[in-house]
Amino acid sequence: MAEQVIKVERLTKRFGDFTAVDEISFEVNKGEIFGFLGANGAGKTTAMRMLCGLSIPTSGAASVVGFDVYEQTEDIKKNIGYMSQRFSLYEDLTVIENIKFYAGIYGLTKKQIKQKSEELIDRLGLHSETKKLVGALPLGWKQKLAFSVALVHEPKIIFLDEPTGGVDPVTRRQFWEMIYEVSAKGVTVFVTTHYMDEAEYCNRVSIMVDGRIEALDAPRKLKEKFNVSSMDDVFYLLARGAKKAAI
Amino acid sequence: MRTIRFLLQKEFRQILRNKTILAVVVMVPIVQLIILPLAADYEVKNVSLCIVDNDHSTYSQKLIAKITASGYFKLVDFPESYRDGLKLIESDKADVILSIPSNFERNLIRDDTQELFVSVNAINGVKANLGGAYVLGIIREFNSVIRTEWIQAPRFSNIPVIDIAITNWYNPYMNYKIFMVPGILAVLVTMMGGYVSALNIVKEKELGTIEQMNVSPIRKHHFILGKLIPFWILGMIVLTIGLTVGFLIYGIVPEGKIGLIYLFAAVYLVSVLGLGFLVSTYSETQQQAMFLSFFFIMIFIMLSGLFTSIDSMPQWTKVITWFNPVTYFIQVMRMIVLKGSGFMDILPHLLKVAGIGLVLNIWAIRNYKKTS
Repeated sequence: MAEQVIKVERLTKRFGDFTAVDEISFEVNKGEIFGFLGANGAGKTTAMRMLCGLSIPTSGAASVVGFDVYEQTEDIKKNIGYMSQRFSLYEDLTVIENIKFYAGIYGLTKKQIKQKSEELIDRLGLHSETKKLVGALPLGWKQKLAFSVALVHEPKIIFLDEPTGGVDPVTRRQFWEMIYEVSAKGVTVFVTTHYMDEAEYCNRVSIMVDGRIEALDAPRKLKEKFNVSSMDDVFYLLARGAKKAAI
Repeated sequence: MRTIRFLLQKEFRQILRNKTILAVVVMVPIVQLIILPLAADYEVKNVSLCIVDNDHSTYSQKLIAKITASGYFKLVDFPESYRDGLKLIESDKADVILSIPSNFERNLIRDDTQELFVSVNAINGVKANLGGAYVLGIIREFNSVIRTEWIQAPRFSNIPVIDIAITNWYNPYMNYKIFMVPGILAVLVTMMGGYVSALNIVKEKELGTIEQMNVSPIRKHHFILGKLIPFWILGMIVLTIGLTVGFLIYGIVPEGKIGLIYLFAAVYLVSVLGLGFLVSTYSETQQQAMFLSFFFIMIFIMLSGLFTSIDSMPQWTKVITWFNPVTYFIQVMRMIVLKGSGFMDILPHLLKVAGIGLVLNIWAIRNYKKTS
């Protein structure tokens, strides 16, 4: 039995009368690439924010790397990386300044910071761009950099919220290579996406509709279960039933 | 401590790269201190006066000469009649009409009494009030002069006179610039603390970078200090530039200790930074933050006693001024610069501003949530 790093039970978030996340339950295993799918407004980001300690649930229970999402949000934050939908590096700082800043606030030592930033720049091949302002980089590079920065403190889980939105196919492919790389090192990857080809890359995917998880399994098994040939069709079958999502 | 160092480094890099902020810090105090004290002069000059002289006598000429020689008036016209004079007021060419009746001189000598008619355009209340008062003052003096001319060697004065001698303390020449510059400087420091800081924090909300801070293990008070310290320093720089400009252009040297100004400003900035920070926790966009800050700072400045005297405000607005840090800063600036007040004199103000700062900052810290 694999170690479970995320355990969620009947987790719910309500904003007034609106139930954004409605009693969802699932587990994520260590080192797994867990795809979190759903139409716009299905509640993916809200659910992810609760798991990151950014938002306190209304009811239900959840633990992330063994820490409770109600009481131990700051402990969770030490152990996870998070890349939000919106680009979150400082555009008016250079590449190297961003790396060093984030490494610094996660408490890495001077030596670690130096070593990490060299390693990171090597891997991304950004040697000639280190002194460029991040705002001047193309989007694909920005996203790869943001991903690497989110990993700079070697978290146990990385949460990626639509990391490849608006990115070209080649860069997307490279991005997923990076995801596989960290997954192979034992880092759990929790990723939301709208691209169904990306869903196929995940070990398991869940599909959210109207705040509920309607399906959760390996892509291959889901296709068998719904008797269709692609994840696209699975998604379409499930999401079509949504009351509020506009598809 | 290390975390704060990283935050400060980041903040200063961003500020130094932002040309607009740098311009605001350096240029705004210089330009404002050059322009505003000249505009915010309470003395009313160049009151446009027209005189309807129906008498054309020696005495009426004397009176007119006396009025024009005072320097407060600009004689625009001698209309034929009062009716023509009113037309000048209607078309905004004149502020005051002085109407001298026919037989002014004759009646004055024969009957020992005469009436003059002064009519004032009160659209600009300040100008009208002072302009009217100036005219009356000059006429009164004219009156007493001609009376003394007539009374030949009196054995005793039949007009009892109480002569009032006025000494203007602390600003003997009633130089408004000396009065205004410390006040304006206080306002500039307020803007830096209460405005620019709020915008900076909300900008991070807009860009989404604050989310990345909130999802990191960085402590709440580290984040806050990392934001407040840079603007505290900028506020002190604005103050320094302002004091320098005050000295170089207006020759203002504080009577009291400069260190005392800095001590008070140091505490005061914490208090207005608290306001800026509080505003930022309630706003989602820079636009909201701007309107919210503008609302508070506008009221604070209007009620600060910078332009108008707090003593003449109604009781309920006076109560508001007790909670207005800007009031205390302007008072303290004027006390130290003009009067040379010492530490014990400003201590009550210092404690009140510290109290306001404590409340605002605690409120802001409680309202800033890493987890919503």
